[in-house]
Amino acid sequence: MSSKLCIGGIVEPGSTVINKTGSWRTFKPIYQKEKCIKCGICELSCPENCIIKTEDGYYEIDYDYCKGCGICSNECPRETIEMVLEEK
Amino acid sequence: MSKLTVVEGSYAVAHAAKVCRPDVIPAYPITPQTHIVEELSKFAANGEIGACEYITVESEFSAISALIGACAAGARTYSATTSQGLALMHEVLFNASGMRLPLVMTVANRAMSAPLSIWNDHQDSIAQRDTGWIQLYAEDPQEAADMTPQVYKICEDNKIMLPAMACFDGFILTHVYEPVVLLEQDLTDEFLPPFAPEHILDPSNPKTFGAFADPGVYSEFRYMQELGMSAALKKIETVADEFNEIYGRYYGGLIDGYYLDDAEIVLVAMGSVIGTIKDVLDELRAEGKKVGLLKIRSFRPFPTDAIRNAVKNAAIIVPLDKSISIGKYEGALCTEIKASLYNTKIDIPVLGYMFGHGGRDIPPERIKKIVSEAEKAIVNGITIESSYVDLREELL
Repeated sequence: MSSKLCIGGIVEPGSTVINKTGSWRTFKPIYQKEKCIKCGICELSCPENCIIKTEDGYYEIDYDYCKGCGICSNECPRETIEMVLEEK
Repeated sequence: MSKLTVVEGSYAVAHAAKVCRPDVIPAYPITPQTHIVEELSKFAANGEIGACEYITVESEFSAISALIGACAAGARTYSATTSQGLALMHEVLFNASGMRLPLVMTVANRAMSAPLSIWNDHQDSIAQRDTGWIQLYAEDPQEAADMTPQVYKICEDNKIMLPAMACFDGFILTHVYEPVVLLEQDLTDEFLPPFAPEHILDPSNPKTFGAFADPGVYSEFRYMQELGMSAALKKIETVADEFNEIYGRYYGGLIDGYYLDDAEIVLVAMGSVIGTIKDVLDELRAEGKKVGLLKIRSFRPFPTDAIRNAVKNAAIIVPLDKSISIGKYEGALCTEIKASLYNTKIDIPVLGYMFGHGGRDIPPERIKKIVSEAEKAIVNGITIESSYVDLREELL
């Protein structure tokens, strides 16, 4: 894809791979592995597929695309995910 | 010599749309445009427009939305509307221009409600001025018909890719029967190449049109639309010449003039009133009055340079408007002409008049009255910059 803008805002699929929407975030989710019981509710509830299961069954957060909505933090039964004001 | 046929203005335009070989026509009736889409529905039903898909949609909002989908998929599209129908399309008009889709739509100019009026003025299309559409205005049914393949050729240019309204006056031109040369299919095929857009919606090669633009890139998309309009300034002129070469008819490019070269009083107008003004000017010239006419054919893009050049030797400029910006008490031509002359060395008084709103007749005497007021203003200066010339004070 050309780096110049295409008329009409016409884009090919996958353009959000390039546009890292994590910059929209105001609050950043901080995952605390020691509290996690691996229930997977955070992964299921994330609207952006930004919570990714690791090989050991725990989770990590993809900050490139996480917009900081806080749903994971709200849904977690063990308060494993803390929302912290983003510093930029 | 081409054969003249006496037809209704709407038929002439519908026939012109037919020979441009549209692929999709989403249509919704509204007075005084209805006859255009009625004629096209007959053509389509009789199989006279090839494989054209004629869609009877449930509103103008749906019509313009269907136009966008079809055009994005690579179809040449056509529709026609007016007044409240055009206003209902308002939101989607921005999407068409923003997505750079060269839709062609005839606007049969009509007044806006309320109060309810089905008759002619230019308020409907003027109110859509900033939607990013090209707007051309025709003075008679022949020009309106001839304008149809011209606007396709202009807006489908890959440097332009903007939608266009071909405007002609409701009832005065849509419903008049006049001798017209119906556009020949073979000449139109020679004049207008098939639509071949660079980008189309295609499931096997998916793309998103009009995608999200954050504050970092939004202005650049608007600027690129402006570049398209700049390209149209040249293209409108060359297309008018190419049309003349093939069909042998010419109405001006961006503008046209009548007794303009040595005119002291320059009247500026658009649409069907041009014909009345030309007749009056023939009389006034016979009396030795140096009056000329500047016909604005392209309102968007606005031909600023051409206008400056055309009026620079005048003693007074008199824009005549079939629209009003309420709260400024002047019409769109008046505002734009004055803006075009500012920051230049041209220092010519501009005396604006509004008339013919809601279909009120514009008899020759009214044009003569305007000219005599302009003569007085040359001597005494302008007291009122803009006003209704046909206001019925006795009703107020």
